[in-house]
Amino acid sequence: MIKRFRYHIAIFFSVIGPGFITAVVDNDAGGILTYSQAGAKYGYLPLWTLIPITVLLIVTQEMCSRMGAVTGKGLSDLIREEFGLRTTFVMMAILVMANLTNVMANFAGIAGSLELFGITRYISVPAGALIVWLLIVKGTYENVEKIFLCACVVYVAYIFSGFMVEPNWKQAAIDSVRPHIQFDSGYISMLIAMVGTSIAPWMQFYLQAAVVEKGITAKEYAESRIEVIVGCIVMSVIAFFIIVACAGGIWKNGPRDLVTAADAAEGLKPFGKYAYGLFALGLLNASLFAACIQPLSTAYTVCESLGFESGVNKTFSEAPIFYWLFTGLIVVGGGVILIPGFPLIKMILFSQVVNGILLPFVLIYMLILINKQRVMKEWVNSRVYNLIAWTSVALMVGLTVALVVISVRDLMNPPS
Amino acid sequence: MAEQNLFLTELLGLDVFDLRGRRLGVVKDAAIVPLVDPSRIDRFLVGGGRYAWLSVGYDQVRTISLEGIHLKDEVLKPYHSDEYVLRLVRDLLDQQIIDAQGRKVVRVNDVTFDIRREDGHENDQLWILEVDIGVRSIFRRLFQGVLPRLWIRRLQGPITPNSIRWEFCSILEADPQRRLRLNISNRLLEEMHPSDLAEIVENLSPDDREAIFETIDSEVAAETLSEIDRDIQTSILESLETEKAAEIVEEMSPDEAADALGDLEAGHSQEILDEMDDEPKEDIEELLEFPEDTAGGMMNTEYIALEGGKTVADAAAALRKSEYMLDSANTIFVIDANEKLTGAIPVARLLTSTPGTKLSELVYQKPIQAKVTATEDRVTEMFDKYNVLTLPVVDAEGKLAGVITADDIITVLRQR
Repeated sequence: MIKRFRYHIAIFFSVIGPGFITAVVDNDAGGILTYSQAGAKYGYLPLWTLIPITVLLIVTQEMCSRMGAVTGKGLSDLIREEFGLRTTFVMMAILVMANLTNVMANFAGIAGSLELFGITRYISVPAGALIVWLLIVKGTYENVEKIFLCACVVYVAYIFSGFMVEPNWKQAAIDSVRPHIQFDSGYISMLIAMVGTSIAPWMQFYLQAAVVEKGITAKEYAESRIEVIVGCIVMSVIAFFIIVACAGGIWKNGPRDLVTAADAAEGLKPFGKYAYGLFALGLLNASLFAACIQPLSTAYTVCESLGFESGVNKTFSEAPIFYWLFTGLIVVGGGVILIPGFPLIKMILFSQVVNGILLPFVLIYMLILINKQRVMKEWVNSRVYNLIAWTSVALMVGLTVALVVISVRDLMNPPS
Repeated sequence: MAEQNLFLTELLGLDVFDLRGRRLGVVKDAAIVPLVDPSRIDRFLVGGGRYAWLSVGYDQVRTISLEGIHLKDEVLKPYHSDEYVLRLVRDLLDQQIIDAQGRKVVRVNDVTFDIRREDGHENDQLWILEVDIGVRSIFRRLFQGVLPRLWIRRLQGPITPNSIRWEFCSILEADPQRRLRLNISNRLLEEMHPSDLAEIVENLSPDDREAIFETIDSEVAAETLSEIDRDIQTSILESLETEKAAEIVEEMSPDEAADALGDLEAGHSQEILDEMDDEPKEDIEELLEFPEDTAGGMMNTEYIALEGGKTVADAAAALRKSEYMLDSANTIFVIDANEKLTGAIPVARLLTSTPGTKLSELVYQKPIQAKVTATEDRVTEMFDKYNVLTLPVVDAEGKLAGVITADDIITVLRQR
């Protein structure tokens, strides 16, 4: 009995990585900004959305990791094999665009967080880009994954800064389980944005590819599923502390609008340099982390589905498109941050639009694929699960479309 | 006809006309019957008319050109799904195949045909020439049906083509039954270097791996399996029928077989062992007794040992009998009546000695040796210190138990 238990624990640790990293990177600079905004403007009220967000996240991520474990193929490969080249090509084109804007947001996060420590962006952004590039090119999957898992630990910084501002825990606990809806357009768009940023298209591609890369098979899938679920819960816990920190630190002294994630750290200054420093450190870590994963995952996804050579173990001349793609994403994504007067806020809104356009397709293709007997064999969704999955996806799609509409509106006439 | 080549993207959607020039429909797919001919298109599937899909045999076709396909008889057969048929659009396009010459896994974007016509006869046939990968074929796919065929031909001109000759393509089919019906041979794979094949197999999905190992020659399978990453090795052995797994493991060198079996669950490795012949089985079972990271776990039991009283001629005879070891045996060992190790003689020394010389005369110092319990570190150290190519391993009583060769050490060092 104990031996069996140990065996399962051992397998659990051997499959740890993909689900955890994906869910945690979900809290990238864009995510942190959204949660900080929610906390700074509405206090503890938006906390209740985290539970449904966790459920939605688990449902979608679970399907991806299951597909990866059962088929041994990435999501983009499956889309290519089942829906043809043209569909895949269009999706990949949008994915590159969406991820480019994500990378920009994360380099902005690197710049913003280090500026809080007095380092100019003209040093931090090129240095960040170089670190990211070297890590990708020189690292192997195993040791990069270890670095990433360590980076996951740095997210604890948010938990500490959450405690330091001495928030109203009772209120936070109540608002976490008591749904609150108020019909003011700012609040509604905030809720939508929270759900919208929690599930991004790149995550589905990355997670499935990482599960395959790790060699997780259908046999180890039970452990892998637990890992995905734990990862999603951890992601929500971090989000909870970000919101609480901003609610306790900023909203209490008067609700306000934040423009960048660095503003949130700035707002925590009165609570001592640790609360402020830890928040900024968390932001730096998250941005750097996401700036590594997003370009790499994009390059892999695109190259594998379109049949170009890919992999960091190949040379530049063997896999030119692969190298150009992720180098380009890093250089352009980081470069624009250095352009004075670059409309970054607009870019982030645009990013939400592009991600939002892509997501429904990704989710719907996923659901079609996971119900194909030929692809998934006995691992297709059960009827009950399908009901949950389709409902979640419908909800996600609805909210995402709403987010797109809001973002387009803001793009047209920016809120002053 | 001006153009001798035709692409699958052009063939699809091509009008098909009957004897009197009436349009029957358009080409929806084309199929080969590999048992009959591996590269001639055997039938065209025609649809889009008022009827269900029709199946048009190659012998019913008069001419094929970019303007359409004209038939020469009126016998129209409805299309029936047939398991002996490989449909290009359904089974080949967008799927992965192995490029045996380029030694990599590629994805099929398009297929190039040769239009052949026998002199004086009007019976055009399509023969598969190449499988297209790369940017040029992606371009064709994207604009197929959007732009006129001739425009696409003209516009693709500047892009360098990237294709694989059909003879070098090895199709992947995960269902072993269907592999047989489709006459998919493993000849190309069996001719590859096992290390190359191993690298390809690592990039495939579990089902494809299984199908290849299920049908490939056991000897090649054993060599390939030895080169594969340990985790994947385990999952392949787990997925195979016990009988087939035993056949493959038998062909592996005992130390590698023991390593591979050591990673399986105890029950499963015993099942495989039970299927094996006695001799390799005993060797492997002996090796399985030792912890993996000791000299006992690293050694293999294939070596040549003779008593000191034997002559050089006897040693040569022994070598001749163990021909399969000639590649790796660079040392022969001398033992006493109790099997205790007394010396080691490089094979080259045998060549420079007269056939009648006693082996004991060629031994001049106590051989470098390791105990079965010696640690992996200790063993690598000895290789470095004494510059040996083969290190004998002895048990507690000093009896020769096995040998460790330099290639084992290289593997160990590479894994660190």
